[in-house]
Amino acid sequence: MSQTTSLPVGREAVLEKGWWKAYQFLILRRISQVFFLGIFLLGPWAGIWWVKGNLASSLTFDILPLTDPFVLLQGMLAQHWPEMTAIIGALIVGVAYALIGGRVYCSWVCPINPVTDTAHWLHDKLGFAKGWQPKRNTRYWVLGMVLAVSALTGSIAWELVNPISMLHRGLIFGMGFAWTFVLAVFVFDLVVSRRGWCGHLCPVGAFYGLLGKGSILRVSATKRAECDDCMDCFAVCPEMHVITPALRGADADTPIILSSDCTNCGRCIDVCAPDVFTFTTRFDETPAPARAERRNTKRQPEASRAA
Amino acid sequence: MSSANRNTTPVNRRRFLQDAARVAGACAVGGMALTKLATDARALPAQALRPPGALPEEHFLAACIRCGLCVRDCPYDTLKLAELGLDGAATGTPFFTARDVPCEMCEDIPCVVACPTGALDHDLTNIDDSRMGLAVLIDEEKCLNALGLRCDVCYRVCPVIDKAITLELSHNQRSGAHAIFMPVVHSDHCTGCGKCEKSCVLPGEAAIKVLPIRVATADAADHYRLGWEEDTPLVDELIDLPDRLPGPGTDNLVAPGGYLPEGMPDPSMEGGFAPSYGLPGIGGAGQ
Ligand code: SF4
Ligand code: SF4
Ligand code: SF4
Ligand code: SF4
Repeated sequence: MSQTTSLPVGREAVLEKGWWKAYQFLILRRISQVFFLGIFLLGPWAGIWWVKGNLASSLTFDILPLTDPFVLLQGMLAQHWPEMTAIIGALIVGVAYALIGGRVYCSWVCPINPVTDTAHWLHDKLGFAKGWQPKRNTRYWVLGMVLAVSALTGSIAWELVNPISMLHRGLIFGMGFAWTFVLAVFVFDLVVSRRGWCGHLCPVGAFYGLLGKGSILRVSATKRAECDDCMDCFAVCPEMHVITPALRGADADTPIILSSDCTNCGRCIDVCAPDVFTFTTRFDETPAPARAERRNTKRQPEASRAA
Repeated sequence: MSSANRNTTPVNRRRFLQDAARVAGACAVGGMALTKLATDARALPAQALRPPGALPEEHFLAACIRCGLCVRDCPYDTLKLAELGLDGAATGTPFFTARDVPCEMCEDIPCVVACPTGALDHDLTNIDDSRMGLAVLIDEEKCLNALGLRCDVCYRVCPVIDKAITLELSHNQRSGAHAIFMPVVHSDHCTGCGKCEKSCVLPGEAAIKVLPIRVATADAADHYRLGWEEDTPLVDELIDLPDRLPGPGTDNLVAPGGYLPEGMPDPSMEGGFAPSYGLPGIGGAGQ
């Protein structure tokens, strides 16, 4: 036991499951992020115009409109009723994320995610302290503030500072000094607050989280009985508080991670050597007994503190 | 929901309220900063023109989601999305600089068609109706035509030639012997495409510039009536004044030059009205 827990995070999974199984969702996620940026860059860089526009709104193969519902919502609060194209685009995007998990946007699409992931990786490497940790629900306050300012000023407020569009639009249409916003997020996550931006403040993540509150696709700790308390899943999860209720629940509690903060990144599935976690639906009722003996009761307070 | 259970003891409730107050305070400060940014973002520089059909600036910032689809569908690469710190327009919004690349006034207006939100108004179907700005001959001291030469370039390139720009002939006071063909822009036809500004032959800045409508136009003086404009009546309703022809039943028989019908008493005598002065060149009343 103590021998396995002393291994670096994820090492045990590599030893037991092989390299691919221990990294597959991380790799798929990076591929997806590169894809969603690359597909937009094909036009300006290679002259292949499959997709035009940016994450705010795009047109694929000259037929499929996609629009960011959060941007459109701000515009509507600012009292502009958009044309049908934008509404249809926002509905398609909205319904898709409502089904697969709102924060799938965060872990699989958003271009800021690799930035904050890098900041977190460096943060760990350098052994920095956690730093300022605002409450998890701060992002909902920020979201409310953004919507209020949009309504009050009659403009799409978050787009004035949104590091996501600064980076995405910047790469596709020209950056100017927009990189300063991206750098600010990186530095904030590195030295001020561990996982501070995506985990506590970003109103876009908050919006998509709310959007995906009832999503079908979920991660479940189905085989939680086999958990050996290595804590690796807590170490890699960007929203670690979501794991505890599912993993540490009693027999009667669902093993499904139902918190809308979960980004469906699947990294917990990767790093878990006994393969406790798996992707499933929220309706999955496979019986999932709790761990027979709570082997590491001493550890629990630590886990919840980390959350 | 879980916080509701935790709030049962007074200490926890106080802590919860403190936390909430702290976050609310921070958000209020952030919100004020964001409001300031939103207000500043309205200050569109005079040289940055919006695409055809763009809603008025305050409304445009509520409507445009900065997707750049208008930019992509402009066949002349006229439009750009503003870059932070380099262009004055709100970051990410589409604009063009007439002196760099003017709008070619495409008949099918692809930029407007591409706009998913209607920030570029889809009701604009005839490009001649667009008002991206208004050309103004801003430097008459340098304009070659204004100096009495024949340059005429802005006039020639204008897609709405002879309506949006005309050349107005006047006497050249300086030489005393020549004419000046002054380029004059007419707001009822100028679309603000910027072709004139682009092609002005002066090095550097152009003598004719497209300015935003709000800068280039004044409000009409409603309290002055332009009597020479047919559609501008001097009084609100048409008043039918009596025709004052000399003759029986009228009261102007003594008007100079009026004539006296037979049988009528001469009003200048026997108590009738007669002016006591002589009108110059007429030689007395009645005659
Ligand atoms: S929290 Fe915000 S910045 Fe982070 S991944 Fe999600 S949308 Fe992107
Ligand atoms: S009318 Fe044509 S040239 Fe002018 S901005 Fe639109 S697409 Fe470009
Ligand atoms: S297409 Fe419309 S919403 Fe998109 S950038 Fe242009 S004006 Fe804005
Ligand atoms: S901007 Fe110049 S070229 Fe364009 S319509 Fe007006 S006067 Fe003509």
